[in-house]
Amino acid sequence: MMRTYAGHSDAQRSNELYRRNLEKGQTGLSIAFDLPTQTGYDPDGELARGEVGKVGVSIAHRGDMRTLLHDIPLEQMNTSMTINATAAWLLALYIVAAEDEGIAAEKLQGTTQNDILKEYLSRGTYAFPPGPSMRLIADTIAYTVEHVPKWNPINICSYHLQEAGATPVQEIAYAMSNAIAVLDAVRERVEGRDQNLMGDVFGRISFFVNAGVRFVEEHAKLRAMSDLWDELGRDRYGVEDPKLRRFRYGVQVNSLGLTEAQPENNVYRIALEALAVTLGRNARARALQLPAWNEALGLPRPWDQQWSLRLQQILAYETDLLEYPDIFEGSRVMDGLVAELTEGARVEMARVAEHGGAVEAVDYMKAALVESHRERWRRIETNELTVVGMNRFTSTEPSPLRSDGDGGILVIDPQVEAERRAAIEEWRAARDQAVADAALAELARVAADPAQNIMEATLAAARAGVTTGEWSQTLRDAFGEYRAPTGVGEAVAGSGEDLAELRDEVERVSEALGRRIKFLVGKPGLDGHSNGAEQIAVRARDAGFDVVYEGIRLTPSQIATSAAQEGVHVIGLSILSGSHRELIPAVLAELREAGVGDVPVVVGGIIPEADAAKLREAGVAAVYTPKDWDLNGMMRAIVGLVAERHDTAAPA
Amino acid sequence: MADGAELGRRLRERDLAAAPAVLNLVESRTEADREQTAALLAAVSPAALGGEAPGHVVGVTGPPGVGKSTLLSRLAAAWRARERSVAVLAVDPSSHRSGGALLGDRARLEVDPRDRSLFVRSTAAAERLGGLAPATRAAAGALAAAFDVVVIETVGVGQSETEVAEVADTVVVVVQPGSGDVLQFLKAGIMEVPDVLVVTKSDLGRVATRARSDVRAALRSLGASATAVVPVSAVPPPTGIDELLEAIDAHRAGLDLPARRLAGRRAHALADFAAEHGERGIRALGGARRARRWLADQDPDLDVAALVGGLEAQIAP
Repeated sequence: MMRTYAGHSDAQRSNELYRRNLEKGQTGLSIAFDLPTQTGYDPDGELARGEVGKVGVSIAHRGDMRTLLHDIPLEQMNTSMTINATAAWLLALYIVAAEDEGIAAEKLQGTTQNDILKEYLSRGTYAFPPGPSMRLIADTIAYTVEHVPKWNPINICSYHLQEAGATPVQEIAYAMSNAIAVLDAVRERVEGRDQNLMGDVFGRISFFVNAGVRFVEEHAKLRAMSDLWDELGRDRYGVEDPKLRRFRYGVQVNSLGLTEAQPENNVYRIALEALAVTLGRNARARALQLPAWNEALGLPRPWDQQWSLRLQQILAYETDLLEYPDIFEGSRVMDGLVAELTEGARVEMARVAEHGGAVEAVDYMKAALVESHRERWRRIETNELTVVGMNRFTSTEPSPLRSDGDGGILVIDPQVEAERRAAIEEWRAARDQAVADAALAELARVAADPAQNIMEATLAAARAGVTTGEWSQTLRDAFGEYRAPTGVGEAVAGSGEDLAELRDEVERVSEALGRRIKFLVGKPGLDGHSNGAEQIAVRARDAGFDVVYEGIRLTPSQIATSAAQEGVHVIGLSILSGSHRELIPAVLAELREAGVGDVPVVVGGIIPEADAAKLREAGVAAVYTPKDWDLNGMMRAIVGLVAERHDTAAPA
Repeated sequence: MADGAELGRRLRERDLAAAPAVLNLVESRTEADREQTAALLAAVSPAALGGEAPGHVVGVTGPPGVGKSTLLSRLAAAWRARERSVAVLAVDPSSHRSGGALLGDRARLEVDPRDRSLFVRSTAAAERLGGLAPATRAAAGALAAAFDVVVIETVGVGQSETEVAEVADTVVVVVQPGSGDVLQFLKAGIMEVPDVLVVTKSDLGRVATRARSDVRAALRSLGASATAVVPVSAVPPPTGIDELLEAIDAHRAGLDLPARRLAGRRAHALADFAAEHGERGIRALGGARRARRWLADQDPDLDVAALVGGLEAQIAP
C-alpha cells in the first residue's frame, strides 16, 4: 500500500489535498493532525497559539471530520491516523463521520497509531499520565476487536525511538517491551470473555518501524523483530494460529539521517532506506511512507511529496523486487546478523522487565536513549561517523532545487489560525449546549471508573458536538496532568578531553560574573521533538554551565517567568514545528515584560534562512539549524555572547 | 551593581518582585557582591525588622522518587488558595564534575507562571551531596521578610536533613510506602527526628497503611510520638494536603521561633566561615565544637555578617 503522510491547515484544504493524491494513484490516506489536535487542545487554547494547522490538519469536532472526509469513499479507504494521546477521540470522530454517511463501523479499515510510550520517550505529544493512557489504549483495542474488526487499533512505533537515538538493539527491545505492556493491559480487559479474543487482539497489533541508511543491518533488524513477535505470540499469549502471529509493520524511513546540508543527497538516502524494508520478502513492510528530500528544511510541498511517491512506484512497478521469494533465505551472513540482534534485544528486554515493564521503565529507557543519541552525536563530531555533505565532502555547487521564491518549502497561511479560532466559537454557539454538557458529565463519570470502557461515552460525546479540547480537558481533570521525564539528569558525562578549553572559558566568565553561567533551555509551543534540546542541555552541563531545562510544551509566559526567577544569563529556544514565526517574537515580548529583555536569546530548529534573518532582526542573537552539528562550537559562541553582554571579554 | 540595602528595603516592604535580584546577589561570590549581601542581611535582620522575619521557613526533604515535587506542587497551590505568598528554593543535587549542573526540579513543579506571588528558584547543591549552598541559607533568611512561606526543597536523607533543620522553622520529611531507609536512619540516629513526616502514595491501600504504622512505631520508640504523621495521595482527587498544611502550621504555632532562628543564624555564620576558610580555618578556631560554643555565647541581636566577622577576628594574623 502506498500513501504519503499529509494534512495541513483546516479540514477543507486537507480534503482537497487528499482527493488530488488519490487521483495520482495513492491507495490510502495517512492523516497528519496538527499539534493542538494531537495533544488535546482546541484551536483557541493558549498552548495552541502558533501551532494551529502547522504540522497537520486541525480537527476539533465531528463537523471538521465530516469536511475532511467529504467525497472520499470510506468503505474502500484504508486510513492511517497518526494520533496517540487523543486516539480514542479521533477514532470516535471517524466512526461518527462514517455513521453520518451511512457506513457501518464494521466496514471501516485503517489504523490509529495509539502508542503512548514513545510519546514519553521521544515524540512528546502525550496528554495524560502513563497508567490512564494505557487504559485508553486497552479500551480502544477491546472496543475495536468487537465493533470495528478490520481496524488496527494500535501501531506500536519504534520509529521515533530511532529518531531519539536508539540503536537497532534498543529499537527492537523497547518496541517488544512496549507491545508486552499493551497486550498485558488488554488481556486484563478481555480475560474471561471469549477464549479466542486474545488471538484476535494479537493479530490486530501492527508496528511502525524506522529504517536507517545502514540498510543491511536494518533489514536484519526487521527479521529479528519478526522472529521475536512470533515467539511472543506463541509462548506468552498462547496464540496458536501462525497467521495471527505474523509481524505486520509499516515504515517511515529515517528522518534523523536526513541532512540540511546538500539536501538533494537525501533522495539517495531515502531510496537506500526503502530497500531495507522491501528487499527480503520474509520481512517486508505492508505499508511504506517515504519522507521528502527537504524535511530537514521545513514542511514539504505537494511536489516534494509527489517525488517521494514516485520513488515507491518505481520500486514496485519498474524493478524486479517483487518477483522473487525471500532472497536472503539460507544466507549465513544474514542469519548471523539476525541472531546477534535477537540476542542483544533479549538482554535489553530482560532489563526493561527488571524495571517492572515498559510503563515503569520509561525513565530508564529515556535516559538510555539520550545517552545513545549523545554517543551518535559524538561520533559525528569526531568524524568517526561519516555523513556526506555534513562532516565530509562538504564543498558544494549552489543547488538549483532551492532557488524558487518559496525557498523550497511549504509555508502555512498565518490566516488559518485566526479562521480556526473564529470557527470553533461559532461551533460552540450553534450546538445544543445542554446535550454537550450532559455528554461531558457522563464522560467524566466513566473516566473516574477504571473498570469501564471509555469508548461508548467518547462516541456519545462526539455525536453531541463536544470539541477535542473539551474531551481532553475532562480526562485531564480525571487523570491528572503529567510531565514526562527529560532523561537529561541521568545522562553520563561526556569524555571531557575535547571540552577542557571550553570549560576553562566557562569558568573564567563565571568567575567574572560572580556565579556560574546559567542557561535556560526551553521548548515553546506544542512541539514535542525534544531530542535536540536534550543534547544541547547535556552538552552545556558537560561544558560547566548550570542548565535549567524544563522539558517540552511551555508557554511564552512560562519561559519568561523561569528566565526572570532563575536569573539566567542566556536563553536557548528550540522549535521544530514551524511555529517559530509566531512563538519566538511572543517569547521576546514576554521577556521584555518580565524585565529580562536584555538576556541574549539563541534559537535552534528547522528554520528557513529567510525566517532566520527576520528573527535576528527581532532581537535573536543567533539562529542554529540542523547544519550546525558542531555542538562545542555552539557552546563557545554562547559563552561568547554572555561574556560580551556582561563586558567580561577575555583579556587581549 | 546590586544595592543590598535597597533590596533589603524592598523586602521589608514585602515587594515580592525583588526576589530574583535578591537571589542573583546572594549567589554571587564576587567581593563587592558579598559586601552587598551582608548589607542585605543586615537590612532584614531582627534588629532592622523589630523582630524575627514573619515568613514561615519550611524544609521539605526526602529520598529521590518519593513524589516530593508533586507534593510540593499541591502544597504550593493550597498555600496560594489561602492567599499566602510562596517562595520555593529547590536545591538540586545533580552537580557534576564539569562544575555544571542540570537543574531539573523546576520541570517537575506545576505552577501558574502568571502568579506573581509564587517564586521558584533552582540552585545547585554545595559540593557535598545534598548539602546546602551558602546562598540558600542567606536567601531563605532574606525572603522570609517578604514571603509568607519560604520552602527549601532538598533531595536525600541524613546530612541534607540536618542542614535543612538549621535553616528551617519546620522540617517535613517525605517518605513512600515500602522504603525502609528513612526508618533505618531514624532508628540509627543518622537522621534527626523531623517535625512532620509525610507518607506519600496513601492510595496504595494496605502497603500504605502498614508504612504509616511502621513510621509511628519507630517514632514512639524514639520518644517522639508528638511528630505528626500525615498520609497524602497525589492521585486525583488528591488527599491529605489540607491536613499536612494544618500540621505544618501547628508545628510553627508551638515553636519558640526566636530561639530556632537564632540557632539558625549561628549555624549559618559557621557555614559561611567554613565555606570561606575551609577546614584549616575551623582548626584555627579550635574545632567546630569550640566555635559553636563561642557562637552560643554571643549577643542574640548580632546578624550573620557580624558573627562571621567575630569568627574571622579570632584567626586574624
